[in-house]
Amino acid sequence: MFENILQNKTEKKVILLGNEAIIRGALEVGVDFVSTYPGTPASEIGDIFFKLSQSKDYKGYFEFSTNEKVALEAGIGASFSGLKTLVAMKNFGANVALDALIPFVYTGSKGPTVILVADDPSCHSSAQSEENSRGLAYLAHIPILEPSDPQECKDFVKLAFQISEKFKIPVIIRTTTRVAHQRALVKLEKIKIGRAAGFFKKDPKKFVTLPPRVLEMKKELLEKIEKIREFSEKSEINRRINRGRVSISSKVGIITSGVSYLYVMEVLKEFNLKLPLLKLGFFYPLSEKKIQNFIKNLKKVLIAEELEPYLEKEVERLAKEVNCKLEIIGKKLLPEVGELRPEIVASAIAKFTNDKLKIENFALQNFCKTKTWESDKLKIPRRSPRLCPGCPYWLVISAIKKVLRHGSGQAVKDVIFGGEIGCYMLFGTLAVNMQDYLSCMGSSVGIAHGIQKATGQKLITFVGDSSFFHSGIPALINTVFNKSNPLIIILENQTTAMTGHQPHPGAPVFPNGIKIENIVQACGVKHFKVIDPINQKEFVDTVKSFLEKPEVSVIISRRPCIQIKK
Amino acid sequence: MHSNKKITEFNMLIVGTGGQGQITLLQVLAEAALIENLDFKSSELHGLSQRGGSVEVHIRFGKQIYSPMVSAGKADLILGLEMQESLMAANFAGLKTNFLVNKYIVPIPLQKNLSEKELLNQLKRIGKDVFLVPATEICQKELGTNVVAGIYLISLASFKKLIPIRPDSILKAMKKIIPEKYLELNLKALNLALNQ
Repeated sequence: MFENILQNKTEKKVILLGNEAIIRGALEVGVDFVSTYPGTPASEIGDIFFKLSQSKDYKGYFEFSTNEKVALEAGIGASFSGLKTLVAMKNFGANVALDALIPFVYTGSKGPTVILVADDPSCHSSAQSEENSRGLAYLAHIPILEPSDPQECKDFVKLAFQISEKFKIPVIIRTTTRVAHQRALVKLEKIKIGRAAGFFKKDPKKFVTLPPRVLEMKKELLEKIEKIREFSEKSEINRRINRGRVSISSKVGIITSGVSYLYVMEVLKEFNLKLPLLKLGFFYPLSEKKIQNFIKNLKKVLIAEELEPYLEKEVERLAKEVNCKLEIIGKKLLPEVGELRPEIVASAIAKFTNDKLKIENFALQNFCKTKTWESDKLKIPRRSPRLCPGCPYWLVISAIKKVLRHGSGQAVKDVIFGGEIGCYMLFGTLAVNMQDYLSCMGSSVGIAHGIQKATGQKLITFVGDSSFFHSGIPALINTVFNKSNPLIIILENQTTAMTGHQPHPGAPVFPNGIKIENIVQACGVKHFKVIDPINQKEFVDTVKSFLEKPEVSVIISRRPCIQIKK
Repeated sequence: MHSNKKITEFNMLIVGTGGQGQITLLQVLAEAALIENLDFKSSELHGLSQRGGSVEVHIRFGKQIYSPMVSAGKADLILGLEMQESLMAANFAGLKTNFLVNKYIVPIPLQKNLSEKELLNQLKRIGKDVFLVPATEICQKELGTNVVAGIYLISLASFKKLIPIRPDSILKAMKKIIPEKYLELNLKALNLALNQ
């Protein structure tokens, strides 16, 4: 809720969504500059800053950038100019931004800079992969903090700005869907008003990454990380938690972080277990001493983490020095695919503390009715998302189906359909069945080019307007430059619909927006046409004619999203 | 009357299809829990899944709540805004689970749908008690719109003590959460539930 995020009462507890708490944290440190490209589960961050930036009282700067790399580059420029900067994106956006991220960690930040990266275990709102962005720490040597709940979202963002200020390094806050879209009580502190009034002071030694200086920078970075590790060793966000009176001689313990911590606490409460617990707020640099102190007298430790066993591997490494007999259990009991859930953690803890048979019985008793139900194997149909009634894409589908039905020759009947990230991913559903491959944003055209070059087969590829601006343009140029002939249908619905209708450079909310046809023409495409798909005959005839062209062709299907039309 | 000092925890799901207002209902219940000084956590999903797909939100409140998600088999109440979705949430049901279900079916295209009778029979086998209420129909008939069926159902759940939150807390929460221009309609839905 907008009002909750903005109210300037301190010491008051309000209910905030994880993403709202992140915004609040940034406002409480007085963030000056915010850039983002929308992506669920991080989208609300941009939505709310966009709304804020339209009010007169807000003096900070906000933009929806064309893609995440550009958003980060804008943020780097702001940071180099001394501004407090927040850049937000989902995990796949961090992949796009990676090229800019790694050198930024080398140069370091000037104005404190926080990068929010939201992962989506179980792919609730993600198509292309189940990514664990903690791996960025190893690639980029960038500190990563992992909050568990909205209060920590706010606190960790503030801490991340402090770390960035103190050590002159950007810091990642890594959330997951169950943190970003978790609501809970958050205690407010005072908002500081930021303002976009920086100054870029020339300092090539700091800002220019070039050999031989770049190797010195790497050395300085690694030294910096060791200093931050010392900070991490002292930080309260890495802490031992004793639930109830834990016996000092306890020989089993749990190490956890992020949302997994909440499931562990829930299970310990329910089972009334008194085990020592180490909660890690820093994923990188890890508090190695704290971990070693925690494990040195244990017989067994459970690593409760989602997805890949990064922490487990680190604990294995650290145990070699202090307790080589330690039994380290993680992915033996917890899945590497899919998000954790409280019952999965309950079952793991029950097995981990196997002397307590009662626990298993307790768990089984609660699930028995469910199990009976499952064994019935009642077939409940699955309800998949679908295009809205009145969606202009239905018209595009209808026109192409007409071409396929009446098309001449097998080549047209066998045409390959390239899919992309957007609502039109739903072209892959049974009812439409027009999606033969799907990968990342901007890829439908790039992959089409490769298939065409490799096989000579006919292709129709779809790309949304926001995706086209995001990363479709270089791929379009490649089809002209390297001469392939897919038919590219740019689905111009004048918004970024899937993530909640954020504007993009061609959206009519911006006067004098960029016209896609001008870009297409400037790229050297000979055959292109702007068509409102309500004109079915024109659409059908154009598809037929463009499929015959020896060069690349583009249809810009222009009709606004039914949701913004309303 | 129950006193909330005694609730250690209450686990609830609201399930339905995209666009039935689950997140607004969640916000009202969250605010009501705050009014009653209860600890609170919830989990929801945003994005493409909401385009007519299944939407399931988790709400937990009590003395001290850690997990934002309800454990499988541990729901106290599954509030179903649609019958097939209610059955799909069955893995959250256990021995103590009540179902409060809107007598309303949104057909799933291109698949074999279960009939109302089959659905009700299955729900009865899974849950402790199943309350089937034609909320959509009642709201349409009495208020001329069914968009407030969810508010009607959470109000009813409060009156019938299927949720350990007082109706006056729900009322206060609604005044805080629901935009001014829709408030009157929503209050009517609450009163309609009171008079059932």
